[in-house]
Amino acid sequence: MGVISELVKGLRVTGRQMFQPRVTIEYPKVFRDKPPRFHGRHVLNRYPDGMEKCIGCELCAGACPARCIYVRGQDNPADAPVSPGERFGFVYEINMLRCIFCALCVEACPTEAITMTHLFEMSTTNRSDAIYTKDELLMDVDGKVPHMFPDDALANLEELAVADGWLRATAPSGNAAYEGVAQWQGTPGSVDWDPEPDQETRDS
Amino acid sequence: MDLIDFLIILGRVLATFVLLLVVTVLNVWIERKLLSDMQNRIGPNRAGPFGVLQTVADGLKLFFKEQINPKKAEMGAFILAPFLAVIPAFLLFMVIPWGAPFRIGERTVSLQGTDLNIGVLFILAMSSLAVYAVVLAGWSSGSKYPLLGGVRATAQAISYEAALGLSIVAVVMWSATSGGTGGGSLSLSELVARQSGTLDEVIPQLAFITQFLPRWNVFPQIVAFVIFMVAAVAETNRAPFDLVEAEQELVGGFHTEYSGMRFAMFFLAEYVNIFSMSALAATLFLGGWNGPTFGSTGIVAAVLPTVWFLAKTYVIFFMFIWIRATLPRMRYDQLMTLGWKRLIPGGLVWLLLSTLVIGVRRFGLPWA
Repeated sequence: MGVISELVKGLRVTGRQMFQPRVTIEYPKVFRDKPPRFHGRHVLNRYPDGMEKCIGCELCAGACPARCIYVRGQDNPADAPVSPGERFGFVYEINMLRCIFCALCVEACPTEAITMTHLFEMSTTNRSDAIYTKDELLMDVDGKVPHMFPDDALANLEELAVADGWLRATAPSGNAAYEGVAQWQGTPGSVDWDPEPDQETRDS
Repeated sequence: MDLIDFLIILGRVLATFVLLLVVTVLNVWIERKLLSDMQNRIGPNRAGPFGVLQTVADGLKLFFKEQINPKKAEMGAFILAPFLAVIPAFLLFMVIPWGAPFRIGERTVSLQGTDLNIGVLFILAMSSLAVYAVVLAGWSSGSKYPLLGGVRATAQAISYEAALGLSIVAVVMWSATSGGTGGGSLSLSELVARQSGTLDEVIPQLAFITQFLPRWNVFPQIVAFVIFMVAAVAETNRAPFDLVEAEQELVGGFHTEYSGMRFAMFFLAEYVNIFSMSALAATLFLGGWNGPTFGSTGIVAAVLPTVWFLAKTYVIFFMFIWIRATLPRMRYDQLMTLGWKRLIPGGLVWLLLSTLVIGVRRFGLPWA
């Protein structure tokens, strides 16, 4: 009789599941809400005045465990500087086939030039299409981010305006009290985001 | 026999065949939908409304697939095996009555392929024959995994065929004593006809309960029913007894080397067999097409028994799927232990007990 009761117990589990909500969704028709810290494709940001944030320091390339970032810096032209610093990112390429979306480049960047968005629809039919250059990565002066496949039926380009949230190790001033405080960036790019509400009081 | 009789026979055979095909196409979809329900998935929903046409789409795709012939295959048996799987599967259903006989003019049309007077024997023969397909397919593929699947199929079929037969014998004997004419019958339409009415006609001693129960064999023969269901799951090679095609060990089992329509025929045969076994369980134990008629006449009275038959069959079919979604595959020694040490002795003891009961009911107690 033990067998029968165990069988009934098992049947009850599967029977109950019939009336539970489905956990799968019809993906291209329905989009699941992504968690705020979702790691999608990268974007290169600009300052509100249109200057590029990237200073061509190659720290992102050094931090990258997959070695998928290639950066070449160049001195800013004196009459028309591209970035506020001494140098700017002249070549910036990310091989999305190698990228593991760990966001170590985002952590390494001293100027918050490279951040991540919520877009992940990047499948290609061609290996060379997976190498994103500055043409695809760098947002324009209005903060709009280009995409490798703008007419991709699956890609919801609005996801490019959603930045991944990230955790500040410390406040910008280096105050250790800010360890673990979440800093959510509203949009990638040209908009300067607000500091933590009570940051100034806590920094002083 | 004139032309009209011939046309009636042709019509009912065709109707049975078409019913079986349509129902099988639906059953594949129903199984996939129910499995997805039990696994919190959505399931097929692309082809046609709610994905009903998914099976048709799969079948069309398989039609256009290449049929691969392995180099080491025994070609004769390799080609023969899929047909050997499909033909007995269809023949098996031909003797099951799927509706009440009705009258047109002065002729009686019975809704079943043919009313064999040895129907039960025929079903046992056909379900044994289907094992040859699996064994032949496994052996003739010239590949080790199909061979292992084929060998397993032989042992499993022998083990569970016996239990299946024992449970059916008990039912046939019971129905022989409770029938109107008193004689036994292997005809399925006769077995169904003897299950109409209420249970107190056969068991008047317990009339306070039995007058509310239909005269189905499942109530007096509940143990035979359980043994039949377990053996039927094993006969159709369904989970948890699907060792013949255990994916994790044997790739696809006997049909590993098959592709295209040849594979589709094995697939078709499997689902036809599941439906036939469900229909057989409904016929032998749940009273077949018997059910309340609500005093209806004409076309409703002709269709209602078929509805009852399909409803009972689908209850059993649902159990098949529910069990598949619930139980993991048994180990091979567990399968053999269950077959030889539990089901066959259990079937024998039950047969003995019901024989005793039948004897006492007919001849009285020996000392009385």
